[in-house]
Amino acid sequence: MSEFKQTFNSSLGKKLLMALTGLFLCTFLIVHLGGNLLLFKHDQGFAFNSYANFLTHFPPIEVVAYLLYLAILVHSIYALVLTIKNRRARPVGYAVQSKSPQSWSSKNMGLLGAILLLFIVIHMGDFWFTYKYNNILGFKEYRTNQITGETTVTAFTPSNPDFERSYATENNVEIVRVKDLHARIQWSFSHLWYVAFYVIAMGAVSFHLLHGFQSAFKTLGWVHKKYNGIVYFIGTWLFAVIIPVGFALMPIVYYIQSLS
Amino acid sequence: MSGHMNLTLKVWRQKNAQTPGKFVTYKAENISPDMSFLEMLDVVNESLTHKKEDPIHFDHDCREGICGMCSLYINGRPHGPKRAITTCQLHMRSFSDGETITIEPWRSAAFPIVKDLATDRSAFDRIQQAGGYVSVNTGGVPDANSTPIPKVIADEAFNSATCIGCGACVAACKNASAMLFTSAKITQLGMLPQGQPERYSRVQAMVAQMDQEGFGNCTNTGACEAECPKEITLNNIAFMNNDFFSAKLFREQHAHDHTGGE
Repeated sequence: MSEFKQTFNSSLGKKLLMALTGLFLCTFLIVHLGGNLLLFKHDQGFAFNSYANFLTHFPPIEVVAYLLYLAILVHSIYALVLTIKNRRARPVGYAVQSKSPQSWSSKNMGLLGAILLLFIVIHMGDFWFTYKYNNILGFKEYRTNQITGETTVTAFTPSNPDFERSYATENNVEIVRVKDLHARIQWSFSHLWYVAFYVIAMGAVSFHLLHGFQSAFKTLGWVHKKYNGIVYFIGTWLFAVIIPVGFALMPIVYYIQSLS
Repeated sequence: MSGHMNLTLKVWRQKNAQTPGKFVTYKAENISPDMSFLEMLDVVNESLTHKKEDPIHFDHDCREGICGMCSLYINGRPHGPKRAITTCQLHMRSFSDGETITIEPWRSAAFPIVKDLATDRSAFDRIQQAGGYVSVNTGGVPDANSTPIPKVIADEAFNSATCIGCGACVAACKNASAMLFTSAKITQLGMLPQGQPERYSRVQAMVAQMDQEGFGNCTNTGACEAECPKEITLNNIAFMNNDFFSAKLFREQHAHDHTGGE
């Protein structure tokens, strides 16, 4: 066995891959939340639809996206492999459940991860796949008067079925025609069960990262009293509170808006 | 006698590794609250012997918390309900009169059951033998002061060295991982100047042996450090990880190897 294989087949090598892919996925969450904050702009999805178009047509983002899918796969597969090995390490269990002090999230990373994988599959199917490979989405035309700054929005039906986006300026009026993912989001988040599923999944993100973020640093061996506090602070407040709450607010706000 | 306790014990009885085991209930009567847990089992075994029954087998040796021989998973916790002690240091006053106590052996594929509550922990010995030593070549005795060791390092290495290899970390871990034990041994030697020449070969050899023994993988849950009778911390595992990755990724000592790795 080559040195490389030997390293990544060892227990610590597998844990290293879990930690690195996990932290990479954490950084993605920051970018994803940042971009999606555009959903809170009251512009009938102008900024958000333009952003969605940009994401799917900018080559560097495409490359990072494939790295991201790879990271999700590696993280899930190695989690499964490690879990199977861990089960084999204790073929006969205890009659009395463990009463050792340990956090709930650290004991349930597999369950939380399974919820997240299910969520990712459904979430990507509903938005990413529909956006890229399905022609069921409509289009919107945003006309912005460059003098007054006012924007009017109308539905738009392209003559070419492969149409994605167009940009033109006529008589000081900027015309942007773009695929309307925003309408799909409004429609999805008008269903209570769908909103509930998203909120539960964000709860799973919170607890998964509450343990996962700081655990990754321990696995990497990056433990020092000089910065342990910062790692715990970021893992708790940014990844277990701000990010999941920020994401969960999107379906909640859209659901409330759909009622009126 | 006043103040004495009567307890119900549910004890795991198993003839050997090949035979399936089961729980058997025993009465422990007239137990002094000042007895240790092992002395309580001695009393029960005494009565079993009188009745010509097979006494309960359990590991024990020094009975003063330093040898690492005693074990027992008591009511869901290795070495019982108290922090930072071994089962021999656990007193019966930690239980209440009339209580039912469930006693199980360490559960790990790498620790096969010898009989009843006694397990074979020689997997730990093999991990130790794989690299948990400092090679000392013959020669004159060096002066003790010729190897300066900072006080902090001496203390930290000593704290890691307090590991008695009892296996409570494996027993407590939801993954039956031996990383706390292995990392304590690696950290103890890896911190000291005497351990430096073999530091990076040691960590690779000991981790490889640990994997081969069939222990699980750490998920940083921390049950091990909570149950360790010697309060070895998770930081030892981080130290081991750091040395392991450092050894694997950055410290290949073949500066003049022309084959380029393969």
